[in-house]
Amino acid sequence: MEAVHDHDHHQPAGLMRYVTTTNHKDIGSMYLWFSFVMFLMGGVMALVIRAELFQPGLQVVQPEFFNQMTTLHGLIMVFGAIMPAFVGFANWQIPMMIGAPDMAFPRMNNWSFWLLPPAGILLAGSLLAPGGAGGVGWTLYAPLTVQQGMGMDMMIFSIHILGMSSIMGSINIVTTILNLRAPGMTMMKMPLFVWTWLITAYLLIAAMPVLAGAVTMTLTDRHFGTHFFNAAGGGDPVMYQHIFWFFGHPEVYIIAIPAFGVISEVIPTFSRKPLFGYASMVYATASIAILSFLVWAHHMYTVGMPVEAQLYYMFATMLIAVPTGVKVFNWIATMWKGSMSFETPMLFAQGFLFLFTIGGFTGLVLALTPVDIQLHDGYYVVAHFHYVMVAGALFAAFAGVYYWLPKWIGRMYDERLGKIHFWLSIIFFNVTFFVQHFLGLAGMPRRIPDYALQFADWNMVSSIGAFGFGFSQIFFLYILLKAIKSGEKAPEKPWDGATTLEWTHLPTPAPYHSFETPPNLKD
Amino acid sequence: MASDTSKLENRQTLKKLVFIAILMFGFGYALVPLYKKICEVTGVYSLTKPDEVVNTQVDESRSIVLEFDANSRNETGWEIIPLENRKTVHPGELVQVTFKLTNPTATTFEAQAIPSYGPKEAGQYVKKLECFCFTQQKINANETRDFPVVLVIDPELPKDVTTVTLSYTMFEIEVKSTTENRQASLRERQS
Amino acid sequence: MKVSSFLRVLAVFGLALSPGLGLAEWNLNFKPTNTILGHDIEMLHNWIMWIILGISIVVFGAMFYSILKHRKALGHKASHFHENTTVEIIWTIVPVVILIGMAIPATKVLLAARDTSAPDITIKATGYQWKWGYDYLDEGVKFYSSLSTPRDQINGLAEKGETYLLEVDRPVVVPVGKKVRILTTANDVIHSWFVPGLSVKQDAIPGFIRDTWFKAEETGTFRGQCTELCGKEHGFMPIVVEVVTEEEYKTWVAAQLAESGAPSFDANKTYTVAELVSAGEQVYNTNCVACHQPGGVGMPPTFPAIKGGKIATGPIGDHIDIILNGSKKNPMMAAWGSQLTDMDIAAVITYQRSGINDLGEAIQPGDVATARGI
Repeated sequence: MEAVHDHDHHQPAGLMRYVTTTNHKDIGSMYLWFSFVMFLMGGVMALVIRAELFQPGLQVVQPEFFNQMTTLHGLIMVFGAIMPAFVGFANWQIPMMIGAPDMAFPRMNNWSFWLLPPAGILLAGSLLAPGGAGGVGWTLYAPLTVQQGMGMDMMIFSIHILGMSSIMGSINIVTTILNLRAPGMTMMKMPLFVWTWLITAYLLIAAMPVLAGAVTMTLTDRHFGTHFFNAAGGGDPVMYQHIFWFFGHPEVYIIAIPAFGVISEVIPTFSRKPLFGYASMVYATASIAILSFLVWAHHMYTVGMPVEAQLYYMFATMLIAVPTGVKVFNWIATMWKGSMSFETPMLFAQGFLFLFTIGGFTGLVLALTPVDIQLHDGYYVVAHFHYVMVAGALFAAFAGVYYWLPKWIGRMYDERLGKIHFWLSIIFFNVTFFVQHFLGLAGMPRRIPDYALQFADWNMVSSIGAFGFGFSQIFFLYILLKAIKSGEKAPEKPWDGATTLEWTHLPTPAPYHSFETPPNLKD
Repeated sequence: MASDTSKLENRQTLKKLVFIAILMFGFGYALVPLYKKICEVTGVYSLTKPDEVVNTQVDESRSIVLEFDANSRNETGWEIIPLENRKTVHPGELVQVTFKLTNPTATTFEAQAIPSYGPKEAGQYVKKLECFCFTQQKINANETRDFPVVLVIDPELPKDVTTVTLSYTMFEIEVKSTTENRQASLRERQS
Repeated sequence: MKVSSFLRVLAVFGLALSPGLGLAEWNLNFKPTNTILGHDIEMLHNWIMWIILGISIVVFGAMFYSILKHRKALGHKASHFHENTTVEIIWTIVPVVILIGMAIPATKVLLAARDTSAPDITIKATGYQWKWGYDYLDEGVKFYSSLSTPRDQINGLAEKGETYLLEVDRPVVVPVGKKVRILTTANDVIHSWFVPGLSVKQDAIPGFIRDTWFKAEETGTFRGQCTELCGKEHGFMPIVVEVVTEEEYKTWVAAQLAESGAPSFDANKTYTVAELVSAGEQVYNTNCVACHQPGGVGMPPTFPAIKGGKIATGPIGDHIDIILNGSKKNPMMAAWGSQLTDMDIAAVITYQRSGINDLGEAIQPGDVATARGI
């Protein structure tokens, strides 16, 4: 946060400017910094986990604290880091990309951001509650949640607030995109990043309330004598899983789809060639979004479903590979016969493309019910979703930050350091997570603080990788601060292949108020 | 500055989206009865009412092994067990089996039994005509009670299923006379 | 030269780090399986991996070719095509065909896996926090199976044994070549019964039963773990299945029945403090030590200390009550009444009061029976 203040000290209103601001650029920056703080916090928790797993035996933490770490790491990374980061991108970019002066509901925009810090404090503060935070995993499965202490209630309340913030943010985004486009900016002319956010925002509006329902039921089961998930009172613990994953699977795409959007901006820019198959990209994204509501029970193959249901979920899940494949092919076709250069944003985009595809392959393996049953709740799954979330969403976010940073602050990052950041990240990422596939195949369950000796070697490798990856991100912070304080002044258009409005119609850095009169884009 | 018409449009979009959000919150809750309905239709569990038997034709050509199991979930110390572990029956045949609850304690309590089936999909073909799981059961101190269960295996049961397990998990719901009199009796003995 | 010396350093580094070299396994694939179904799953997985390898070569081949050749640095000029309907249709249809090629064998294996009918033996596995209970429905054998790795090994005070964390006091014993059906259920929260060597995994859900099965092809010992997060000791409730010959199995069943028939204690006998303390220490180490810690020091505030603790030095009635019925205030303290015998409870209470603390009291099994209200 400090850096932002230093940078903006010429602004008259000081700190209060950020509390009261309704400017989409200020709010975007706050979202991004908030998510970065949460990212570091969740990262420290990941390192506690990996430190404990460095060797067999209990050395660093006790099992219950370990469980709290896995739980909070998951919740903080998903709800505190990745989601707000992409909302930050949306705030900064969507108005500039569609020629709007600001978001549709600027004041609501301010509220939706300022709900986040209390929620984050509540989430992290649950660690200090008597008995600590809930040690139940980020999926918060009943009836384990019923046994937890007050920390669990704090987490549930925090999820309510985070959900409210996401829904308000999404409503704002949808309204902005539908109503505030500049004349001539038809739907099918919108940059793909805008399209992906439109679809994501609808997903959020549809999925987050279901999660709110699920955790509310958990809350009333805990305190008000309801029996939604308690067999003794006629409920069913498995029903929690159905409701949770009805939210949970779309959530996976809520995280991935904006990442697709960023990549779809970066690859054409640095290939100096228009995006291949724009229309099919839009349709593929929309069909992924719709399919995501129809496959949730593939997270639950081991709860004992009728075989017909297992077959349905297996086929439906495999079907998602088709639109996802279309997207990957389109990106490669965009690069094909282009004139590519590999600045840091493009490097991260290529890292995304390569590793996300691997994550897609392991997803295909996990879609097959008989194989999944062997791998369910094991390290193979952990490896799979980190390929999708870290190499997918996080790398896309890095690509986006490096790509738009000159536009945001008017200064360039250090290209050499950016490249080092990329290589450190991709190498340590693979050291950390690739080996976890082997652990999963050998039968190591997830969420265990200690393990049998046969798992010792790969765990040690993975832990070394994790610490390397963690420190690479401190290096990223250094690159950012250096760019903000003393980066070279950015040229008007640092990326010659860029074609979207923020690069073609606005000066660099973007002025505090942009497009107060909409640009006319009619031919 | 957004013009008045676009403000109006924005507000209408807002209303629609808020409506969707509220609808989906309601949908989360609607999943509960929906799930139960699906479970009832597929027969995964039907707790409170006897099943109707439509087809009473006994299919002598097939034999099904029925296994019985019971789980006692309580802190008091009572136990429920099936008096038979398994029975070979024909589909359509009226089957009676007895579960025996023994309460060796000085505690009175109420309990509810929840049936479940293995394999799960066999549930819809186990038609229970009489079952102690239909209501909560009140058990007195030092009582031993036999619960008869009467059921019919629907001849529609898929041909590849030849073994069906009927399992009850009985939960203690309400305990009447508890800790106090137990501690009192302990104190008596100690003095 | 440089490379080889680097490798040597790496190797030395690796040797220094790898714990217990003889036991280290750089596993890359599924564990060897011992069931027909397991072999089917393995074949399916291998088939899928070949397909993925094929797709990877095409996709990554195109990607890296493009990265290497179509660079601005090489002076490559950008073309401007941005759609081609034929190509787009092809790369939508080809994946569908490939997916069908994956789905057919997967469906076959799935259908084979679900057939739980006509078992030779049915065993009910009940998940408890944190151990497994087993009931052989027909044979009438019943027992609990808890982790037997000493706490000192976990805390790094003793060298770790070969089967560290994958060993139990009483394994499940099954005959070779017979279809064994496992019914799973749970006492408290969801657990999951997973033995990789037998390729079975089934969640255990409180209030409901689920079923799965396996047929072991060879004798041997197979080790697995609970795979659904079930609280603090989730990582410490292993499963051990011993597959033995038919005769060995019969002998084992007979021995189990003989043992359970004869009570190991005499309800009317009055035991000495020393006898109870030594019996109680074992009960404590199996059931209590995970939370209340060796020596009863506890982990306050969730897991209160027993040494000098309010209950363990307070009225006996309260002490017996909390062990039989669990704590009303702290949900982490489970009720042990249905899992431990009167003798076990008497012994463990005596151990807590007169071993960990020094009140010098002996609690007799009869006292526990009285407290149960019989």
